[in-house]
Amino acid sequence: MASLINQAFQNAKNENRPALLTYTVAGDNTKKKSLEILKSISNYADICELGFPHNTPIADGGQIQTSAYRAIKNGIKINDVFSIAKDFKKSKKTKPIILMGYYNMIFQYNENKFLDKCKNVKVDGLIVVDLPYPENKKFAAKCKKRGINFIQLVSPTTSSVRLKKIIKDSHDMVYYISMLSTTGGKLKVSPKKILERYSKIKNQNKSKNVVIGFGITEKTIKSLKKADGLVVGSAICKEISNSIKKRQNPVTNVTNIVRRLKNKIEI
Amino acid sequence: MFSCTDKMDFNQYKSISNEGWKAHEKVLFEFEVKDTISLKNAFINIRNNSTYEFSNLYLITELVYPNKTIVTDTLHYQMANELGAFLGVGFTEIKENKLFYKEKKIFPIKGIYSFTVRHAMRKNGAEIVPVYSGSQTLVDAVSECMRYWVSNCDNTHMCVGSTVGPNIFVKICGWSTAQISRELKVQLKSEFKKIPNKIKLINCVGGGSSAYGFWSEFIDYDKKQIELIGVEAGGPKKSKLHAAPLSRNAKIGILHGAASYLCQNSEGQINDTESISAGLDYPGVSPIHCFLKDTKRARYTYATDEAALDAHVMVTKYENLNPSLEPSHAFAEAIKIAPKLSKDTIIIVNSCGDAKKDRDILKERLGKR
Repeated sequence: MASLINQAFQNAKNENRPALLTYTVAGDNTKKKSLEILKSISNYADICELGFPHNTPIADGGQIQTSAYRAIKNGIKINDVFSIAKDFKKSKKTKPIILMGYYNMIFQYNENKFLDKCKNVKVDGLIVVDLPYPENKKFAAKCKKRGINFIQLVSPTTSSVRLKKIIKDSHDMVYYISMLSTTGGKLKVSPKKILERYSKIKNQNKSKNVVIGFGITEKTIKSLKKADGLVVGSAICKEISNSIKKRQNPVTNVTNIVRRLKNKIEI
Repeated sequence: MFSCTDKMDFNQYKSISNEGWKAHEKVLFEFEVKDTISLKNAFINIRNNSTYEFSNLYLITELVYPNKTIVTDTLHYQMANELGAFLGVGFTEIKENKLFYKEKKIFPIKGIYSFTVRHAMRKNGAEIVPVYSGSQTLVDAVSECMRYWVSNCDNTHMCVGSTVGPNIFVKICGWSTAQISRELKVQLKSEFKKIPNKIKLINCVGGGSSAYGFWSEFIDYDKKQIELIGVEAGGPKKSKLHAAPLSRNAKIGILHGAASYLCQNSEGQINDTESISAGLDYPGVSPIHCFLKDTKRARYTYATDEAALDAHVMVTKYENLNPSLEPSHAFAEAIKIAPKLSKDTIIIVNSCGDAKKDRDILKERLGKR
């Protein structure tokens, strides 16, 4: 049986549009609210990425850092992240969920224990930002054994030799980082250039779903709609921060953004 | 400039103001060439006195031909030997250095040549960007450095000033700081004729760059002959926080692209650290030191803020030294163990920083001095 992640990409393809992937931080701004946000935006998003917050997020820019600090300050623990994922999957059985975070938290939890727990709460995939290829080979194999997708990252500076190896060892989905930047940076490369590089990756193996992330906002999403999938993270985290500042309900505001993002890639 | 027959063709001196040779100040010489056939040797003569702060000298020269062709060279000269003595000639403190610029060169065009020279020695040429993220301490500064590097790695190298971070950057930093131990080895041989039989090398350890640099040449020696002692920051006496992952048995964790002993909680969140010395205030430590701990080649301990302050007071009182708070941790350990050691044991402490930078903290903690 195809993975839920594969099915989500197939569904989007059938509708002639890229899949929409969202990223939110578990526990931002509270455990309850982050679950509500997740459930609400999944009406429009095809795949939901859920970040487990780390207090030294070296790949993240200001927006996601703020979200992560807020969540940690509110006392979120890794087991809370699992319970959010579990609750989410109870009501949204077919919606794929990907956990995303930094390796030290997995390492301290214990790799096997962490992955068993992921399988238990029906997590579909994992992105580990600071566990690069080939150091992630063993871990990726452990994921595969449990039916969890390990998502490899490639960037504009990935050499073609390395790219071949990474694609060969990748699972259903590959994450292309649009530009050299931390998350939430301004898109400093033209969409044309990004799509050129994207095709190079895609042409390695057409059966892999390649998504583009970093620098994607309401303004830029339309220009990249040729991709298999597009990830929006910082723009959502920023909206949560804004809502809190304006004392508005982040659930409604974030859902509105995700709906607008979806509209932009549907037409 | 000389012809190869040693006949001097041209000789001119220019003096530089008493304030020193400014970073972008070009010194101009003009000379006429009539002989376009014979080979010439050209030298740059430089006089320096003992206030010159470096052991080497980089010069950037521009030679403009009469036809306006420009030849730019970057020249690197050794100005002092390994013991720090200047190489130039002269009986007073003013030394004259005759530095080769071009050997056996033909000047092919007749006319006026102009030659400019400026130096490329920089002390603090870097742009300093304050860190506002996280807890705004060293760990955040390293994180910000990595974020900048991630965003600019197509045209920027990362040079975190410590032996931390991804593998290659640990090696680049370690190789550079190892110069300390290369010089120490020469100094030991000139002082004792050979490497003595009982040495203790004591160094503070934060990230661990100066300790690795201090020990590098001596790691292959038997530890009975040369003991390596690393002193971490124990933090305030009354605080639970510290920056001593090696000596206070922290678990291994992953931070900034490397695995090391790491001050962290059970979830894998990086702990806040606390130390009076900014340079030691890092939750992790170089993987090299983790290896030296695991193989038992080096011994690691810690000194509290209070012990470091006491050591600073004692050292400045009795020695002609003004160690910053980082090496004061190492001095604290030296003072602690010295009474128990045999007379033939030689303790060497790396006084790896000057207390000028700590003057505000010292004033606050020790009162007016």
